[in-house]
Amino acid sequence: MTDPFERERLTAGAALSRRGLLRLALLGGGAAALSACGWDGGPLKPLLRGVSRVNDLVGEKVLLSGSRLARQYPLSARTPEDAYPAYMRTRPHAALPVPEVGEWALEVGGLVRKPMRLTRTMLEAMPPVTYTVKHYCVEGWTAIGTWTGVPVASVAALVEPTDEARFLRFDSFDSGYYNGWDLKSAYHPQTILAYAFNDRPLDVAHGFPLRLYAPIKLGYKLTKYLTAMTFTAERPGGYWEDKGYPWLGGI
Amino acid sequence: MTAESAVDPPAAEVHAADRKPAPPPEPSKPETAAGPRPAVRRYHGIVRLTHWLNAVLLAGMVASGLQIYSAFRHFGIRGEPYLQPNPFDGTTFPEWSRLGGWLAGGLNWHFALAWPFVLTGLVYVGFLVASGEWRSLLFRPRDVPAAWRMQLYYLRLRKQHPPQGKHNALQKLAYTGAVLLGGLSLLTGFSIYKPVQLGWLTALFGGYELARYWHFLAVWAFVAFVVVHVVMVFLVDPASLRGMITGWYRGRFPSHD
Repeated sequence: MTDPFERERLTAGAALSRRGLLRLALLGGGAAALSACGWDGGPLKPLLRGVSRVNDLVGEKVLLSGSRLARQYPLSARTPEDAYPAYMRTRPHAALPVPEVGEWALEVGGLVRKPMRLTRTMLEAMPPVTYTVKHYCVEGWTAIGTWTGVPVASVAALVEPTDEARFLRFDSFDSGYYNGWDLKSAYHPQTILAYAFNDRPLDVAHGFPLRLYAPIKLGYKLTKYLTAMTFTAERPGGYWEDKGYPWLGGI
Repeated sequence: MTAESAVDPPAAEVHAADRKPAPPPEPSKPETAAGPRPAVRRYHGIVRLTHWLNAVLLAGMVASGLQIYSAFRHFGIRGEPYLQPNPFDGTTFPEWSRLGGWLAGGLNWHFALAWPFVLTGLVYVGFLVASGEWRSLLFRPRDVPAAWRMQLYYLRLRKQHPPQGKHNALQKLAYTGAVLLGGLSLLTGFSIYKPVQLGWLTALFGGYELARYWHFLAVWAFVAFVVVHVVMVFLVDPASLRGMITGWYRGRFPSHD
């Protein structure tokens, strides 16, 4: 054999059969011991939640624009309604305490000068916003639909929040489901209290009689079956957020 | 120790030898009965630190990413055919390969590890640029013929090991590719993290669903890189493992271009 590299390669190969294989086995064993095994983080969970809060603040203060509009799609891009997922927390679904539209009203209060009870009729009399946008679920799927409603900013202007108000809490009649929002996202021109989906009055599957909608946050931030909208000084949690999902949910 | 690794040859000499169609001498000579080669400094502390940090962080990013994928094991908009090809369409990855326990845990791990993952990448690339080490690692068009010769050698279609500097041309290709892969993962990652705020970036990758697809493909390119990398370390240059740990190298390859 004339090629020293070749000879050495073979020597290395022979070494692999002994020391090398042992090392490989040790490395492999180490990797297996360190492998994820579906670990949820255990004692590191508080640290992960802390980093998640940092990411929330970067998302809100650096990446979020209060005026940049999400892309709108043509009506032809709409997801067929039988393929558009709907979710509620209440089980069985029939147990959801759906109110009569005439008996329902949204309580708008908290740190405001003029608390109000807004009926569907009152909301529908306000200047509406309609858009066809993409819905992003935290799970990774997307769907496109048309939503019509009143900007949260318009409702805020009616009730006049005080200077202490820094967050919004949205409550529902869906087994305690709720969400906390930053005001920058809430006052985005595409953040609305929606009462129509795909040109028809909102049905129970999608949040009747009123739901929060915005194309700038993940689906779990978009409270359905609204009962109250409350301005707060302290940051409200949220149903999934309290369990560990990112609080901002901004996209 | 060979003449070429003991004394740094002028770069021009190595490159000149590189261009000859059939270079006669080897960059190093076989070990004789003279005993082990003296150790040479091969890997800077910053390279070693970022290398091992990156190995752990990459494993964490992949494992938490597989956890996230398990929540929706397809690519595409609801109601439309899912993007193909995807050999893992509908696949739930085994528990041992996932990190986070559930979707929220996977997300929190992924978004927490992303910071040090990007940071180590930047420190590594920054060090290469500042130290000039990039010259022995960056794959350039002129390395194509040498890479081809190296491939022929590995396929045993060529007897002579092509001359090389610190790294052979295929190594340069792999290591340059790994850095680019990191960049692709970072950019596709951001484009699916903030597809509205960074809509221009998401559009660059063909939209959210496609960006998510590229992000996933990058995982398998990383996995392939790591498998080949580890196998080659043990088959071709086992001494480099000690070198990457201690910095000192007793192997048969030159430690400088």
